[in-house]
Amino acid sequence: MVSPPLIYALLLLAVPMGAIILFSFWTQNFMDVDTTFTLDNYREIITEPIYFALLKRSLFVSGTVTCVTVILAFPVAYFVSFHVPAHRKSLWLFLITIPFWTSYLIRVFLWKVILGYNGVVNTGLINLGIIDEPLTFILYNINAVIITLAHAFAPFAILPIFVALEKIDRSLLEASQDLGESKVATFFRVTLPLSMPGLVAAVLIVFIPTIGDYVTPELMGGAGGKLIANMIQTQFLALNNAPLGAALAIVAMICVTAVSLLFVFLNRHYLRGRS
Amino acid sequence: MSLRIYAIAYLVFLYAPIVLLPIFAFNDGTIIAFPLSGFTTEWFSQLWVTKALHNAVQNSLFIAAITAVMSTILGICAARAGAMYDFPLKRGILGLIMLPLVLPEIIVAVSLLVVVVQILDLGLSNWTVIAAHVLICTPFSIAILNGAFQNLDPSMEEAAMDLGESRWSAFRLVTLPLVMPGIISSMLISFTISLDEFIIAFFLTGANPTMPVYIWGLLRFPGSLPIVMALGTLLVGLSIILLTIAEILRRRGMARAGVKDKGGFL
Repeated sequence: MVSPPLIYALLLLAVPMGAIILFSFWTQNFMDVDTTFTLDNYREIITEPIYFALLKRSLFVSGTVTCVTVILAFPVAYFVSFHVPAHRKSLWLFLITIPFWTSYLIRVFLWKVILGYNGVVNTGLINLGIIDEPLTFILYNINAVIITLAHAFAPFAILPIFVALEKIDRSLLEASQDLGESKVATFFRVTLPLSMPGLVAAVLIVFIPTIGDYVTPELMGGAGGKLIANMIQTQFLALNNAPLGAALAIVAMICVTAVSLLFVFLNRHYLRGRS
Repeated sequence: MSLRIYAIAYLVFLYAPIVLLPIFAFNDGTIIAFPLSGFTTEWFSQLWVTKALHNAVQNSLFIAAITAVMSTILGICAARAGAMYDFPLKRGILGLIMLPLVLPEIIVAVSLLVVVVQILDLGLSNWTVIAAHVLICTPFSIAILNGAFQNLDPSMEEAAMDLGESRWSAFRLVTLPLVMPGIISSMLISFTISLDEFIIAFFLTGANPTMPVYIWGLLRFPGSLPIVMALGTLLVGLSIILLTIAEILRRRGMARAGVKDKGGFL
């Protein structure tokens, strides 16, 4: 019964992944692919400072987006789980997920409209008399990329945290308060540690995919806001150097996986240290 | 109380871009910025006469329809197997099938591009986009269908078979009606994802662009931006309608299967 989706995933996911790993050890000269095994692509990535800079910037952006998204999302998930009556919860979750399903390209473009020189934020602030000159640090740089991505991935962060909070046995919170803990202490010593699985899932589900986004940096990032995904895209499409693009994709994935594993490990360590 | 205000402010943040869409779609000015000038339906009527757009929409509808059906069929297989049977390596196999949910889309895109173009030496077409879209939509189908299949009692199908129905007709007559709302919901969600997907389609689309790829081209020309706003308004409207139907059906399906609704489908 599971075999059709399994075969599909093997053929269209596992095999292609194997193919790009293989491909990253080859070279391409215009249209001809040279299949002799070589580490040249990886050597180029290590020696050319541009790739290292892009990778570092991408990890920084993904990391910041993850922190911002998860920290902003947690109170919302907490509110829906603990303060919204049971029969209204689905409605809240539905409202939270709707913007996520609408055209990604158009949403990103609209952030440009919001943050632009004559945008909503600037005209609003000028009309309110808070600023005299339009703010320029909110478009065509890394800040704009971070804001837009934090918006795009919001539901991904809220839903896993919400699920984890829903699973918490409410009587544990009462017990903690009966035993003399304050509300704040109860939150930090009971609720937060018990919601950790959801937080970890939220971090991973935001951090990993953001590294592969090239639309937001292309539209919002300006000249200094390009990320590693833009470079991968350029290598594959414009420069016709698929092997180098494949090697970049693999290096990016390795970095993301390493950071994710480190995070999961530190989290386990922290939870174990508590108990 | 302050938490409620924060949550509402957060919703405003989430909806801010979408709310702006219709405002600029009906704005009588070619620059997408404030102040607004006047009311017009000009941009909507231009949508009707743009031939290239119609082709792109047709392509996208074709891709989305096939993707919806295929990913839902694969989703049914996986959700049913996951809920009803135990088999070796169950966690690993289901994990691999769900992997595209967290994988950066560009990785899916470039790996398929390499296989199709460089290794198999085939051309790109709507079918290459469909292949990739099915891959990324199947995990969402499974997540939705899990809700429908989870509390389904396997003994009901067994009872039907004991009473003389074949394996297939037992599934068709007993299980299928119970999970039907989930199936339609899964098709609608997959359809919506495929219709809006850009990152993968940009790599794998053939000579005929999909709608998001076409929109991407338009975004470079300031003159065509109001049309994009009008198109976006229609798309967001359509997405919201499809999602509302999907959500209603999903809840109905959960109720039929006797599961308590825990909220969202992710």
